[in-house]
Amino acid sequence: MDWGTLQAVLGGVNKHSTSIGKIWLTVLFIFRIMILVVAAERVWGDEQQDFVCNTLQPGCRNVCYDHFFPISHIRLWALQLIFVSTPALLVAMHVAYRRHEKKRRFRNGEKIDIEELKNEKVHIRGPLWWTYTSSIFFRIVFEAVFMYVFYYMYDGYQMPRLVKCNAWPCPNTVDCFVSRPTEKTTFTIFMLAVSGICMMLNLAELCYLVMKICMKESRKTT
Amino acid sequence: MNWGVFEGLLSGVNKYSTAFGRIWLSLVFIFRLLVYVVAAERVWSDDHKDFDCNTRQPGCTNVCFDHFFPISHIRLWALQLILVTCPSLLVIMHVAYREDREKKNREKNGENCPRLYSNTGKKHGGLWWTYLLSLIFKAGVDVVFLYIFYHFYRNYTLPRLVKCELPPCPNVVDCFISRPTEKNIFTLFMVVTACICIVLSLIEAAYLIGKR
Repeated sequence: MDWGTLQAVLGGVNKHSTSIGKIWLTVLFIFRIMILVVAAERVWGDEQQDFVCNTLQPGCRNVCYDHFFPISHIRLWALQLIFVSTPALLVAMHVAYRRHEKKRRFRNGEKIDIEELKNEKVHIRGPLWWTYTSSIFFRIVFEAVFMYVFYYMYDGYQMPRLVKCNAWPCPNTVDCFVSRPTEKTTFTIFMLAVSGICMMLNLAELCYLVMKICMKESRKTT
Repeated sequence: MNWGVFEGLLSGVNKYSTAFGRIWLSLVFIFRLLVYVVAAERVWSDDHKDFDCNTRQPGCTNVCFDHFFPISHIRLWALQLILVTCPSLLVIMHVAYREDREKKNREKNGENCPRLYSNTGKKHGGLWWTYLLSLIFKAGVDVVFLYIFYHFYRNYTLPRLVKCELPPCPNVVDCFISRPTEKNIFTLFMVVTACICIVLSLIEAAYLIGKR
């Protein structure tokens, strides 16, 4: 079970997405998951080992590290990516349910081509439109929540070089030095920017879907 | 999602590329991506651990390392390789869009209607522009990253010794970089391959414009 599994599951959702949805999925896989796996994980790989405090007191370094990094950036990003990808599964489940219904009708005597059923592109209308739109809404909410959590936990998006710590058992206020702060700040800002872009894409897709439905309704009434 | 999956995604673009494009793709996969994954990553794997400063002052090594290596070569190359190969995905997406349009047209007007495109993969019209823009973007990304490397690491080389006097270091402290010669060789190799890729992209762009 790894990112490849998520990719396999979400790849199926691609068929039923709008064009903007497909772009969003590409940005998610290439600029977020891939960057996380090939680059960011290495930058944070040695973060506890190379977190150095100016004291010989045993336990002080551990306590200070735990105080300043309750949840590591890497773990928060992994959670964010999982939460943000999950609403797409709602859409996949709804489409699977529709297909199941069609298969049931076939078994009850109606003539339906099985091959066509498998390859049929499902149009986003009716209840599926509501599922799709709510999945986009939840994606936007999760992105915003995680951006806020980052901001709240780390007092902004910059990683300081030096943190001052006086948690017990440190004997007094001790200087602790974070490893690779500039590189970490760069990656934090990069991931933030890409989250922002994903949020814009989701908002654009939401507007597009709402406009499409409004235009359809106005065509029906005229 | 790793380099293997990414490579699989990009192999599809080979069908729609010119001969230069195929050479470019092979160059990127073999001489840049493969060298990066099997060799360069190992050379830089211990760069922080074996960065040694002539002091016992805790924190001095961290601060000096951060000052001399704001972003490690390895991370810059990972970003460069991802950004340089992404424009090819645009070409794949454009061809997929054309095929989708063709399918919708056939669904609407029946099987025997005239086709919208004689060949969805042929570089005419919009696809020609997409392909040309992707070439310019690829060359642009490589140039930008060569400049970034030059800006951070003068002459693309790393010295054996750097002198550091940032707090909390008590005075001017000698710091020794691990494996500087090996790092210089790989940096030079990646710079040369990037230059070759830029030249190839520009030749391909000239060829496309000339052919039109």
